[in-house]
Amino acid sequence: MTDSRWACALRWAATACTALAAAGPTAQAGDPAQTALPAQWQTSVPGADRRSGFDFMQPATQAMQRDDVANPGMLSVADGERLWSLAVGDAGKACADCHGNARHSMRGVAVRLPAWDRRLERPTDLQQRINDCRASRQGAAPWPWEDARLLAVTAFVANQSRGMPITPDTDPRLEASRERGARLYRQRIGQLDFSCGDCHDSNAGRRLGGSVIPQAHPTGYPLYRLEWQALGSLQRRLRGCMTGVRAEPFGYGSTELVELELFLQWRARGMPLETPAVRP
Amino acid sequence: MARAMIKVPERLRRGEAFEIRTLIAHPMETGFRSKEGGGLVPRDIISRFVCRYNGEQVFAATLYPAITANPYIAFHTVATDSGVLEFSWTDDRGSTQTESVRIVVE
Amino acid sequence: MLAHAGGVLCLALVRGVHAARADMERAITEFSGGAPIAAGRVRLDVPELVENGNSVPVVVSVDGPVTPDRFVRRIAVFNEKNPQTHVAVFELGPRAGRVHVSTRMRMAESQAIVAVAELSDGTFWSDRVEVVVTLAACLE
Repeated sequence: MTDSRWACALRWAATACTALAAAGPTAQAGDPAQTALPAQWQTSVPGADRRSGFDFMQPATQAMQRDDVANPGMLSVADGERLWSLAVGDAGKACADCHGNARHSMRGVAVRLPAWDRRLERPTDLQQRINDCRASRQGAAPWPWEDARLLAVTAFVANQSRGMPITPDTDPRLEASRERGARLYRQRIGQLDFSCGDCHDSNAGRRLGGSVIPQAHPTGYPLYRLEWQALGSLQRRLRGCMTGVRAEPFGYGSTELVELELFLQWRARGMPLETPAVRP
Repeated sequence: MARAMIKVPERLRRGEAFEIRTLIAHPMETGFRSKEGGGLVPRDIISRFVCRYNGEQVFAATLYPAITANPYIAFHTVATDSGVLEFSWTDDRGSTQTESVRIVVE
Repeated sequence: MLAHAGGVLCLALVRGVHAARADMERAITEFSGGAPIAAGRVRLDVPELVENGNSVPVVVSVDGPVTPDRFVRRIAVFNEKNPQTHVAVFELGPRAGRVHVSTRMRMAESQAIVAVAELSDGTFWSDRVEVVVTLAACLE
């Protein structure tokens, strides 16, 4: 196949896969997107059985997420809205100066990230893009990874896509990164020698201690985690899991974490975004 | 100024009780947590919440470190006259933040 | 009481069940001014097994109409085993309309939560819930 036909086939595959996942039937046999990855990486939860972490929570916690006045994540979204219009940096520009009304310009953005970044020539996620914009276009210092302001703007932008299906970017340049992410997901790590799949595929729905193990779909990040009593990023959660199995966590913004995000995004394709979610 | 959210029902009818829901951003640092290098992170909490309806207190709460970060407080009051609901949160040091909401009672 | 910052954590660890309860009993007696407290009238809604001890939804309520002559003055919430026994004291009054207050509290471990309501006629009523708290599976 020529490059353009291969790219076309992959784009068709991803679109078909997204449509299948959104429609509900199991995305296994004959699913073109599944065949894009080697067989040993296709053991994720079948499409129709995928459930957001929301479904594993108690009614009171679900109510907390649903209610915008009870959801502390919405405080951060409100902060992000204010920061969106704040002029900063050497350029004296606000996000709004280039991107206008986020309700329109940012709708659909978070659900396709991480994606291929043409400027940096690698995959980047939403937080990295916001910081990259700060540095390259606003002339402002990038924020540290879990900085409340970065999380607030990220939450505000992602909230504009709330309810929309996660739609992985189909750029073929992402395939290698996504495959590495899949490999990371299956790799046993740490003193406890667990892979992500050991808990989140094989034992989702069962309990670890007093907690129910979710399927680990990134459907609501940044989210308010009761354990943190704060809003936090997907990377913070991934690092927390790695520490949990007594592995040295990958650094914030590392290639490995973005690749893992890419795979988790693909695994959650079609599921609606809930940002800002609430989770235990 | 901490970010605060206040929700009052849109339609208020005289004589009927209605729920007011409030949320404010605050770490509610208990004073019991250890910090790196020894010692405790100093206590820093919102210790008093007051709601006044056209100047008269209709609800108040004294809060302790056991209240979760980003305190959520919801309560009821009876709709009487149209006017202003005023909410104030005061911390241990005595700084107060006040928010007001205008209400129309049918 | 627990004046020394450094001593607080030590005391919390070595303190037995009886000492923790005595603390709470003392705080309850202080709230009621020594008046007798009967079980009933006030209801405390807390999940029996919490999702996460850092954020436990709590609802205190008293059924029945609120009138200028019959109303709830205050409701206090206490806990048994946190480093400090008080949780909150709510001031209501004849304009409450409905006595139903919601908030969220922290619970360090499995323990009892007690709500005590003071009515306008000077009587005190209480409710008690035993709550189970488990540590999160993966701590950072």
